[in-house]
Amino acid sequence: MRSIRAAAVGAVTLSLALTVSACGGGTPTGGGSNDSPKTLTYWASNQGAGIEIDKKVLQPELDKFEKQTGIKVKLEVVPWNDLLNRILTATTSGQGPDVLNIGNTWSASLQATGALLPWDEKNFAAIGGKDRFVDSALGSTGAPGKDPAAVPLYSMAYGLYYNKKIFAEAGISEPPATWAELIADGKKIQAQGKQALGAEGASLNENVHHVFVFAKQHGADFFTADGKPDFTSDKVVAAVKQYVDLMAEDKVVPPGNAEYAQNQSVSDFAKGRTAMLLWQTASANLKSQGMNPDDYGVAPVPVQSGTPGSGTRINSMVAGVNVAVFNNTHNLDGAKQFVKFLTSDEEQKILNKAFSSIPPVKSAQADPAFNTPETAVLKNTLATSAAALPQVPSESQFETTVGTAVKELFADAAAGRAVTTESVKAKLLKAQQQMPAK
Amino acid sequence: MTTTVDAGLPAIQKSSGAAGPRRGRPGRPGRAGRAWLPYLLLLPALVLELLVHLVPMVIGAVMSLKEITQFYIRNWTAAPWSGFDNYRIAVDFDAPVGEALLHSFVVTVGFTLLSVALCWLIGTAAAICLQDGFRGRGLLRTLFLVPYALPVYAAVITWVFMFQHDNGLVNHVLHDQLHLTDEPSFWLIGDNSFWALLTVSVWKGWPFAFLIVMAGLQNIPRELYEAAALDGAGMWQQIRRITLPSLRPVNQVLVLVLFLWTFNDFNTPYVMFGKAAPQAADLISVHIYQASFVSWDFGTGSAMSVLLLLFLLVVTGVYLAVTSRGRRSADV
Repeated sequence: MRSIRAAAVGAVTLSLALTVSACGGGTPTGGGSNDSPKTLTYWASNQGAGIEIDKKVLQPELDKFEKQTGIKVKLEVVPWNDLLNRILTATTSGQGPDVLNIGNTWSASLQATGALLPWDEKNFAAIGGKDRFVDSALGSTGAPGKDPAAVPLYSMAYGLYYNKKIFAEAGISEPPATWAELIADGKKIQAQGKQALGAEGASLNENVHHVFVFAKQHGADFFTADGKPDFTSDKVVAAVKQYVDLMAEDKVVPPGNAEYAQNQSVSDFAKGRTAMLLWQTASANLKSQGMNPDDYGVAPVPVQSGTPGSGTRINSMVAGVNVAVFNNTHNLDGAKQFVKFLTSDEEQKILNKAFSSIPPVKSAQADPAFNTPETAVLKNTLATSAAALPQVPSESQFETTVGTAVKELFADAAAGRAVTTESVKAKLLKAQQQMPAK
Repeated sequence: MTTTVDAGLPAIQKSSGAAGPRRGRPGRPGRAGRAWLPYLLLLPALVLELLVHLVPMVIGAVMSLKEITQFYIRNWTAAPWSGFDNYRIAVDFDAPVGEALLHSFVVTVGFTLLSVALCWLIGTAAAICLQDGFRGRGLLRTLFLVPYALPVYAAVITWVFMFQHDNGLVNHVLHDQLHLTDEPSFWLIGDNSFWALLTVSVWKGWPFAFLIVMAGLQNIPRELYEAAALDGAGMWQQIRRITLPSLRPVNQVLVLVLFLWTFNDFNTPYVMFGKAAPQAADLISVHIYQASFVSWDFGTGSAMSVLLLLFLLVVTGVYLAVTSRGRRSADV
C-alpha cells in the first residue's frame, strides 16, 4: 500500500515537472533571433481556387528566392477556416511559422497579442520604405498611432458582378448604380425566371463586410472614436436592416441563400443561376468554375444615391491580405528579406496577377495587367471609395458577434418571420453584450 | 523517484522473508525483489494517464482562474489572476453570457436525453430482431454498423448536403415527392436545425448501442427462452421478463457511455453548423469553443469547461450510485 502511494506521488511529481518544463519550452517573451539563418517557414493564406493552385503559384517563386539568398522556404498553404485558429495556437505556444499571411482586418486584433513583429521605421526601411505602399492598404495594418503589425501583400475590393446575358434578356442596359436601381433591376430579372442577387447569408465574414459598408453609407460606425462597440445606434440598425431587407422586404435575394456559407453564391453566379453578386475580386474563382470572363461585367457596388466616393458614398471595405513576421522567428533577417522579396515590384506583379488581386505597391500597380476593365473598377474603388474595417483590438470578436446576428436575421427572413427595426436592434444588442468588457 | 520506491522496499522484503520459513520452503532468491515489479510495470501507464488526462484538467482549472484574453495569450502564465470572476460571468444567468450558456445547457440536455433514448431503443430493437439466425443476417449486421465505421466528417458533411434547402435530398423527398410541407424547409438554420442535428446524432450513435446489446444478448442462455416458451410466454413477455433484465448490466454501462459521448459531442454540430450554431442547436461543446476560440476569451471558456466537467462528474456519480444500488438489491 505504501509503495503504491509512493509510486503515485512520484508519478504525479514527475509528470508535473515534465509539464512545467514543456510549458517553458517556448520563448514567449523572446523577440526573435537569427539561430537558423538558412530556413524559413511560411504560412500562406488560400488565395487561389484551391490549395493546390496556391502551391503551384508560390513554389516557383520560393525557388527563385532560394536561388537569390540561399534560404529555403518551407511552404504551407492554410485554409481560411483554420488560419486564425492556427495563428492563435502558434501565439500561445510560441511555436509558429517565421512569416505568415493574415487577413488584413485581423491586424489590430493580432497586434494586441504582441505575436507579430512591429514594422517601425527601421524595419520598413529594410524592405524599401513605407512610401512604396498605397495609403488605403496601409490603413488596414494595425491600430492607428501604433507601428503596423504587418505589411500589405494583396489588395482586394468588392465589386458588383453581373451576368451580361441575363441583363440583356431582362432589358437592362447598364448595371445599377444605386440600391433602388438594383432592386428595380432585380424585379425585372425575376420576371424572367432567374434569381436576382446572391448572398452568403450564413457566412459571418461576408455578412460583416456588407453591413460595415451599409453602415458607412448611413453615416454610422460600429465603434465609437475611442474604440467602444456601438452596435445599436439608429443608423447602424437601419443599415443592418437595409442589408437583410434585400431578402426580407425587397425579396431580391432568394431565401435559400440564408444558409450559404461555402461560397455557394459564387457557384450560383458562375452557373448563371443568379444575375448579380457582390464579391471581392472573384474573377479567378469564377474562371475556375468554368465561367467565361466575357459573360460577366464588373461595376462599382451600388450606393444610396449619386456616385461612389468618400463618406456616405463608401462602397467597399479595404479587403486584402497582409504579410507579417512572427515575433518568435529564429531567422529574423531572413524573414525580413523574404517580406522584401514578396513586396518587390516583380513578385507583386506575378502574385497579384495569379490571384487576380491588386498590388498594394504603387509601382507595381502601373503594370497594364492591372488595367483590365474589372481591375480598373476595383482599383478605383480602393483608391476613392473604400474604407478599412475598424482597426480595434476587438475587431475579430466584432466579426463574430455581428456576423452571427446578421446570420440569425437572415434565418428569420428565410423562415418568413418579420424582420423589424426592433428585431434587428435586439439581435445587435445581444451582439454588443457579448463583446469583451475590457 | 527511485528513492521513493526504494523506501517502500524493506517493508516488503521483511514480510516476505517472514512468510518464507513458515511455509517450510526456502525463499527463492530475487522473489522478494520482484514484489515491486507490478508497480514498476504500471508506472508508465500511470505517468501517461496523468500526463494525458489529469494534467490538462489541472491546467484548464488553473486557466479558468486567470484573465486570458488576446492581450495575454502570448504568455498566458503571466496573465493576471482573476479569482472566480470567470465563473461569476459564466453563471450570472441574468447577464447575456450566462444566459446564453444556460440556454445552450438546456438545449444540450434535451438533445442528449432524446438522442440517447432513441439510440438505445433503435439499437436494442435491431439487436433483438437479429438475434435469431436467418439468411442475410450477417449482411444486415454489417450494414447496420456502417454509420459507426464511417469517418465522422465524411458522414456528417453528406448529411449537410442532404439537408440543404435548395437541392437537398430531404426536402426533395418531404416536399417535392411526398408533399408533406407547403414549402421547402430550412434544416441547417432556424428551429428545425435541432431536429436535423438529432437525426444525424441518432444515425451515428445507434449502431454502437446495437453492437453492445448484440454482444450482451449472446450471454443469455437459450434455455431460459425455451422454458419461457413452454410456460406459454409470448415474444413481448420474453423480452420484458428475460431479455431486458439480463441486459441490465450491459445497459447500465451503455447508457452512461452514450450519454457522455453525446453530451460532449463536438464534431457533429461543428461540421454541420460551423462556428456559429443556430440558437435551437447550440450544443454546449461548440458554445464553449466559441466562447474561447472565437471570442478569444480563454479564461471564461476554461471556467465553462470546468463547470461542464463538474456537472458530468456529478451526473456520472449519481447515476452509478443509483443503478448499482438497484442492482445490488435486485441480486439479493
